[in-house]
Amino acid sequence: MSGHEFVAAFDDASGIDSHDDQTNIGEQTIAEMRQIMARYPEPRSALLPMLHLVQSVDGRISDAGVQICAELLGISTAQVNGVATFYTMYKRRPAGKHHVGVCTTTVCAVMGGDVLLDQMKEKLGIDEGETTPDGMFSLERLECNAACDFAPVMMVNWEFMDSMTPEKANALIDNLQAGREVHSTRGAHITSWAEAERVLAGFPDGLADEGPTAGPASLAGLQIAREKGWTAPVPPSPAAVDGGKPNER
Amino acid sequence: MSVDVLTPTLSDNWDQPDAWKIANYVARGGYEAARKAVGMDPDAIIGLVKDSGLRGRGGAGFPTGVKWSFIPQANPNPKYLVINCDESEPGTCKDVPMLMATPHTLVEGVIISSFAVRAHHAFIYVRGEVLHVIRRLQKAVADAYEAGYLGKGIFGTDYDLDVVVHAGAGAYICGEETALLDSLEGRRGQPRLRPPFPAVAGLYASPTVVNNAESIASVPAIVAKGAAWYKTMGTEKSAGSTLYSVSGHVKRPGQYEAPLGTTYRTLLDLAGGIRAGHQLKFFTPGGSSTPILTPDQLDVKLDYEGVAAAGSILGTKALQTFDETVSVVRTTLRWTEFYKHESCGKCTPCREGSWWLVQTLRNIEQGKGQEGDVEKMLDLCDNVSMKSFCTLADGFVANITSSIKYFREEFEAGYHTPAWELFPYEKSVYFPYERERITVSEGAGE
Amino acid sequence: MSTDVKKSDAQVAKADLVTATIDGIEVHVPKGTLVIRAAERLGIEIPRFCDHELLDPVAACRQCIVEVPDAGNGRPMKPQPACALGVMPGMVVETAATNEKVAKHQRGMLEFLLINHPLDCPICDKGGECPLQNQALSHGDGESRYEGVKRTFPKPVNISAQILIDRERCVLCQRCTRFGEQISGDDFISLSERGALSQISIYASRPYESYFSGNITQICPVGALTSVDYRFQARPFDLVSTTTTCEHCASGCELRTDHRHFQVKRRLAGDDPEVNEQWNCDKGRYGFCYGRQSDRLTHPLVRRDGKLVPASWPEAIDAAVVGLKAAGSEVGVLTGGRLTLENAFAYSKFARTVLGTNSIDFRARPYGADEAGFLASEVTAKPMDVTFTDLEQAGTVVLVGFEPEDESPAVFLRLRKGNLKNRTKVLAVAPFLSNGSKKMGATLVPTAPGDEVKALEEIASELEAGTILLVGERASLVPGLLSKVRQYAAKGVRWAWIPRRAGELAALEAGCLPQLLPGGRPVNDARARVDLQAAWGVAQLPDSAGLDAEGMLTAATSGSLKALVTAAVELSDLADPEAAKAALASDSVFVVSLEQRLSELAESADVVFPVALLEEQIGTFINWEHRARPVEIVNARAQSVMTDVRVLAALADALGTDLGMRTPPQARTAYLEISDWEGSTPKFTTAGAFGAAAGGDGVRLASWHLAVDDSRCLDGAETLRQSAPAPVARISAATATALGVHDGQQIAISTDAGQVVLPAAVTASMVDDVVWAPTNSGAELFRTLHAGPGDLVRLTVVKTAGGAA
Repeated sequence: MSGHEFVAAFDDASGIDSHDDQTNIGEQTIAEMRQIMARYPEPRSALLPMLHLVQSVDGRISDAGVQICAELLGISTAQVNGVATFYTMYKRRPAGKHHVGVCTTTVCAVMGGDVLLDQMKEKLGIDEGETTPDGMFSLERLECNAACDFAPVMMVNWEFMDSMTPEKANALIDNLQAGREVHSTRGAHITSWAEAERVLAGFPDGLADEGPTAGPASLAGLQIAREKGWTAPVPPSPAAVDGGKPNER
Repeated sequence: MSVDVLTPTLSDNWDQPDAWKIANYVARGGYEAARKAVGMDPDAIIGLVKDSGLRGRGGAGFPTGVKWSFIPQANPNPKYLVINCDESEPGTCKDVPMLMATPHTLVEGVIISSFAVRAHHAFIYVRGEVLHVIRRLQKAVADAYEAGYLGKGIFGTDYDLDVVVHAGAGAYICGEETALLDSLEGRRGQPRLRPPFPAVAGLYASPTVVNNAESIASVPAIVAKGAAWYKTMGTEKSAGSTLYSVSGHVKRPGQYEAPLGTTYRTLLDLAGGIRAGHQLKFFTPGGSSTPILTPDQLDVKLDYEGVAAAGSILGTKALQTFDETVSVVRTTLRWTEFYKHESCGKCTPCREGSWWLVQTLRNIEQGKGQEGDVEKMLDLCDNVSMKSFCTLADGFVANITSSIKYFREEFEAGYHTPAWELFPYEKSVYFPYERERITVSEGAGE
Repeated sequence: MSTDVKKSDAQVAKADLVTATIDGIEVHVPKGTLVIRAAERLGIEIPRFCDHELLDPVAACRQCIVEVPDAGNGRPMKPQPACALGVMPGMVVETAATNEKVAKHQRGMLEFLLINHPLDCPICDKGGECPLQNQALSHGDGESRYEGVKRTFPKPVNISAQILIDRERCVLCQRCTRFGEQISGDDFISLSERGALSQISIYASRPYESYFSGNITQICPVGALTSVDYRFQARPFDLVSTTTTCEHCASGCELRTDHRHFQVKRRLAGDDPEVNEQWNCDKGRYGFCYGRQSDRLTHPLVRRDGKLVPASWPEAIDAAVVGLKAAGSEVGVLTGGRLTLENAFAYSKFARTVLGTNSIDFRARPYGADEAGFLASEVTAKPMDVTFTDLEQAGTVVLVGFEPEDESPAVFLRLRKGNLKNRTKVLAVAPFLSNGSKKMGATLVPTAPGDEVKALEEIASELEAGTILLVGERASLVPGLLSKVRQYAAKGVRWAWIPRRAGELAALEAGCLPQLLPGGRPVNDARARVDLQAAWGVAQLPDSAGLDAEGMLTAATSGSLKALVTAAVELSDLADPEAAKAALASDSVFVVSLEQRLSELAESADVVFPVALLEEQIGTFINWEHRARPVEIVNARAQSVMTDVRVLAALADALGTDLGMRTPPQARTAYLEISDWEGSTPKFTTAGAFGAAAGGDGVRLASWHLAVDDSRCLDGAETLRQSAPAPVARISAATATALGVHDGQQIAISTDAGQVVLPAAVTASMVDDVVWAPTNSGAELFRTLHAGPGDLVRLTVVKTAGGAA
């Protein structure tokens, strides 16, 4: 069973809600938006990070966010809407404190992703694309997240939870619900979706040094090479190196 | 000289604790190549990379040095370098661990490459769904600025270079270079008409080079050790080493850095072979967009020419491996659903073709296929093939046509039998689960 | 042709042609021509949806795929979209006509397009004129193999008051979004979502309000975008189409007007590459219902016992004759600016030969003292000089007293095209940078109304040979400005006068000015009069200049003007409507009005004659380029077949003089007989010395008509009116601060005569101490304030209930 619900009827209830004028965007956020714009030769390049910032502050792409981005960049709200609805990371309804994703592209699906997604739906009591009533969790069916050697893969707030099993998935949710510290397998401790969005907007959270250099699968080949003493070829002497002056230190 | 079976180059420091930190990177000789490069003639660097035979590692395999040489230096507009870290092709998982483990390798590569094409602004476009990669890149760039390796007058020269780490927001199509440029400009990520080519009018209508992360990360070693050294690895037309990503039903999935031209038999063996009690059924050489191969092709040399001769594409060297428990109908459907979801919608054949093919494949998976569906799908693929705006559609065409070529009877069985009856899905899952407890969602009522 | 600026073939040197082979036939085309255009030259039609010759190619629909066995370099290419492939020397192309593979590709693309396309043809407006239907029949398979589910959306959805979208029908060709980006600059629609869910949408709170929105319903190759007004009104085969000219501004866009059972159902933009290309504005497109209102006149009216009552034609003519005879030659004629050349000429001759007066004026609008002389000498009887094509190719264009997007939208489109494609620099001498100016990439020369002369002097270095100066009708209100224009003209600056109304240039040629006879003959030139007398067979023509419009109204007040013949003059349009009303109401003035709809002026009229609508007659407009634009009969079954010419002829007969024409074609012939005057022409001398505008308390008033406003010509186009820009009072930030007002707050613009209350729009580029408000949106600005552009007015904050400002 493919599991993807094949949707053919699209209604307008899923667009950005332009009647919901709730927002936390104030002078501080606008100043940060201008900072983002200043990073680029053409300010419009800032739109994607600015929308991440909107999400970090408003929990979703808010109407206020759309209007303010449009005004700051001098483009129409239709253009901002066109961008915000093109990319899957932009949520039109509030995401949960923790955004949980399960990859169901072929390798992960075949190796258990489909099962894990169904398990998450049952455990959280929501369907994919929804948020729990208490606002703690939102659930998403993910496409390939570039961790196929760690299949089946789940993500929490875009942090890797590699090589998942049903037990690990249950424990993950239980721990997050209870407020216990949870660590990504190849990342930092889980913060929140909103805080993650802020990092994506270009404002570091200082957690880069948490987590390992690499996960076990990433080291599979290297381990064997170490065992067998295999290395890259040793290059000839520096004088024979093409195109450069001798190394001057 | 003979070259080892595995040749850790990019991955050589991945087993070092805190390898991503600048101090550790520098202690291993990091940034020496960059320091040397900014004292060289930029055209000499281009020549060096050309000579090395490095080909783009993002799937297309276009010679990197040649791409750099397309930049018209006389054009008055600023030049830009854009690094494509939008790794999203199913099966591909080499750039993410590389960037997480050793982001400075990329930064150093960015410095050398920018200098070569005379760019003063480089953008590292990373898919948004990999938070920790972005953290590490942000930190690496910040630390490089602090160390004087980025910013004004780097390494004490008069060359200025600014680097921006830019997070995407979830769209596979942004891995296509012109769609990436539109996305980087703050627009919908839809591919652009060519000509003009990015080398002439790319980012902000200015000369731009777009390269894959692994390609740029390979540059420091080439500058440090030379083109001749790089060519000792690989084959005549496919020089160097690369990260082969092995995933699926193997004992040891992971990254295997080996010279181009290694066979999958060798890599599969290193990966421990297929899991105990099972046999290889099929694999993709280079991600889901490449025609599948079977055990008959285990000895194909995995370089650009060898795989092409076998009727497929080397692509991103993403070796998704499936054993006999797996239904090809299921894998084809799931990949086609991926393409349908990721289709940008600009052109008719991809947008409508994927919509149609998904429905046909679903019917087949459910055992509700109709006589002639296989011929129809092949004909639809013929109508799509090579006629869409970009190659995303050619990706699902490749997968569907090759899957039918090698496993036609499975698709035809779908005219009467659901795929999960022929190949119970729980058999391919690594962990046991109680099928009765979990309700696998039925296909939505149409 | 490619979308680059066109050159005629004659201009393209032989050396620039390249030779290629399409379906075995050689074709020679200018370098860079797209294959799809080259094929058209050979009569080979390659099917297409997203391609449009005036829009940059996107190659999105993939319908025009062709095989290219030889790219010109001996190597084949993979299948290429013909709309995006430039012809190269030696290229060999095969279309469906000669290559079965191509035919299969094209069948396949059509099949794909139809899988999600709803079977709406029976209820879709586009059916019968639909490129998807047509091409499905010509290039597609008879049947679809699709048995799956079609994606559906709720439909239709308003993207503006006048445009609906049926998203299921959309083939995502993006002609509409490209039109917004590349042509009109109004990008309130954009693609949204992704993949098969992709759709065209507005952002909910911002409808597609653009003066050019209707064009997207015309270029949409399916029935996705439809007009609210036209929806379900007719099938194409029910319609009778007439190519004619728009009457709403002086650009003279070509229209295709379609009627069903003699009621106009819609007007489409015509195809005239020299004038409007393939576009028009919404005013022209939707403004055709004014003649259907309940105030349409169908029979004459005569005033008895103080009331206008219906009368028969003989009665009405007799009543008119009595009054006109009594007035003798103390009579004036106000023709208004909307008449065709033929009708205007009839009034002109009527005034001179029947009434014996030179008191005739076409200007039903405010004007300055210099204008008549300027127009008579500098604009009348001049050959075509500045054209639309010149605007597109100019290096620099300066706008003074002229706001293109509002006052002549086709000019705006062409200027924008020039700016985008040829880097045409536009300088706007105006009090603020309007939206239209922004879209043209214009630079503002910030100018308070009245200071335009100084502004032009400040940018004198831009006004050199090669620059084009566009002068609007508001320029005459600025003392000295027209002289300045003439000075620059003498220096070699090319220029054009662009009024707002369609009939003004024709009126000049017809001699509807007190010092101007038809054909550019000065009244005070004996040779000119003699020449005309001979042509007309009259003994004598009045030999001194008459009164102009304001002069006539003053004379009516004082009693020295005894009668007035008017043609569709709205009092609100005059500089001083109240004074005019009082003047006309006076018992001593006998007023005869020829009108289509009962006007305010008719309240003072003694006899009113109904005349034909424009769609009911044949005629000629002359656009601002001095190009003749034909008006054809759209509705042959008119309610009133009496044109102005015919009514005047009847009056002339009753007054004992033969007008010499009874129908517009006869009027045209009569005009052509005398239009080739080659003698002396009027000389322009300025009326007086000019200094800067007087200072004083208050702020200066700036104003112009928005393109879509309360104008009577848009009556009946109610959906169009709903998308009219909301009226605001624009002030600068400094002025707002001084007033203690924030953006959006209600402020009152007032004089001793009255006040107009509007929300303040604090505008960054606005000149300080100036307030701009629209002339006729929500309130009749000049009439209420008894003030005009450049006059001083007061601004006050309107206190809301509760006291807080």
